[in-house]
Amino acid sequence: MSAFSNANGKPVLLKMVKAIQENKAYLGEVDGLIGDGDHGMNMNKGFTLFEKEFGEQEFGFSEGVFNLGNILFSQIGGSMGPIYGTIFMDMSDAGEDFDEISTAELAQMLAAGLEGLQGIVEAQVGDKTLVDTLSPAVDSLKASAEAGEDLQTALPKMKEAAQKGMESTKDLVAKFGRSSRLGERSRGVLDAGSVSCCIILQAMADGILETL
Amino acid sequence: MQRILNDPDNIVDEMLKGFLKTHNDIVEATENPRVVKAKDIPEGKVGVVTGGGSGHKPAFIGYIGKNMCDAVAVGEICSSPTAAAFLDAYKVADQGKGVACLYGNYSGDNMNVKMAVKMAKRAGIEVKTVVANDDVASAPKDQREKRRGVAGEVLMWKVGGAKAAQGGTLDEVIAAAQKAIDNTRSVGIGLSPCTLPAVGHPNFEIKEGTMEVGIGHHGEPGIEVCPLESAHDMAKRMVDIVLPDYPFESGDEVVVLVSGLGATPVMELYVLYDEIDELLKAKGIVTHRAYVGNYFTSMEMMGATLTIMKLDDELKELIDMPANSMGLKQF
Repeated sequence: MSAFSNANGKPVLLKMVKAIQENKAYLGEVDGLIGDGDHGMNMNKGFTLFEKEFGEQEFGFSEGVFNLGNILFSQIGGSMGPIYGTIFMDMSDAGEDFDEISTAELAQMLAAGLEGLQGIVEAQVGDKTLVDTLSPAVDSLKASAEAGEDLQTALPKMKEAAQKGMESTKDLVAKFGRSSRLGERSRGVLDAGSVSCCIILQAMADGILETL
Repeated sequence: MQRILNDPDNIVDEMLKGFLKTHNDIVEATENPRVVKAKDIPEGKVGVVTGGGSGHKPAFIGYIGKNMCDAVAVGEICSSPTAAAFLDAYKVADQGKGVACLYGNYSGDNMNVKMAVKMAKRAGIEVKTVVANDDVASAPKDQREKRRGVAGEVLMWKVGGAKAAQGGTLDEVIAAAQKAIDNTRSVGIGLSPCTLPAVGHPNFEIKEGTMEVGIGHHGEPGIEVCPLESAHDMAKRMVDIVLPDYPFESGDEVVVLVSGLGATPVMELYVLYDEIDELLKAKGIVTHRAYVGNYFTSMEMMGATLTIMKLDDELKELIDMPANSMGLKQF
């Protein structure tokens, strides 16, 4: 099958929730090196709130992504509330009319999320933020869509692009966020937001692959 | 972890319950559990709002009260309040004269405030902002816009709150608060790390016998780690960082604020202040008023911050006005 049904998106969302829950401590450690160490805690809190509120209900992919974004936006705060809230809600807006989601539709949704994010922050690729993970993932999916690749081919490529992007933040100097005040001293450590973004994208990709 | 806790994930809500009970003569709850307001807001004045992450007591809710802030948005530990909380704080503080949102320069707060200001505009509430950036150690002088806001925020709220209480317009309140922060410089020295209760262990280290100069209120690394010094040398180091940055010069009248970071005995803050005062006197700087105590903390971090604000006639009048909040009482 080359597409998954939007209506069957619930397991994908739950997989994303689980991935964040399992990485709570790791994200806290990464953030603690050059930030204040609350990233794992806040992400876990938001994703777990979503699970508590919607876990027993039926929902589709775009609807679930919207609800997750809305919870992060309205109940989490910090930087990650507005950042992930915007990404997920804009992804959902772009995807709510899709019945079937294949590579092109997913690329469109993720690109809308990135575009929404860039409407509220000025961070570009190379600034040591989650844009370094999200942007190459979007580019990879778009390229796959243009090449007519199905999700089984496109998603592993997207995972790899996200992973490489995340790893690239290690050698970068932070330009935004709390770590930006450290200048050169932020080099040598991964950006926590880019790590959580990679975890989320990989769990989403794995979740979608499992439904196919 | 030797702490007084139930479920660490609920610490903010539980702290708020205790705070509201204790200070029920000054503050009260609102419909939003993450917004606290002053009990009696005088009619017809410009609203003064702030907000920020928790763990900095008395900041931020401790500065709600007479001639101070009217409402505060409360975030998780070390994490910005939501845009929704800032918006609700604007709503309870607004009396048709607009709202001055005076907050510190952190990326999360900047984002949530920006969104809340937009939402407030749609709801017909005019909000203007001042972003505190008094922490000298957090960026070079030519990148002042990147600097963090630290204990200087207390003086910004004091000045902004007093200006609003005098009947100042929104633009006048904003101008006074902006001048207050523009005239203010701070630096911190950390002696031990702090722990997010839900994490359970410190996420950074300050080795026994060392101190971190320029540390941030969330443990953001400072500019230098060096061997622990005497109070005299620490005071000299702090004064030498703060004075040239503004610069404060002989003949200037100033306010001095020495705040503990949470776990340093207040007694030691007075030892530090005495040394600072001697150094300022030797430079011909005149201290008009001093505040010493735990004004803006960082959970159980040990250490202190030094904040100095240069006064002019307007700032002096506003700083001298009475205030009644949990964190700052002046009669």
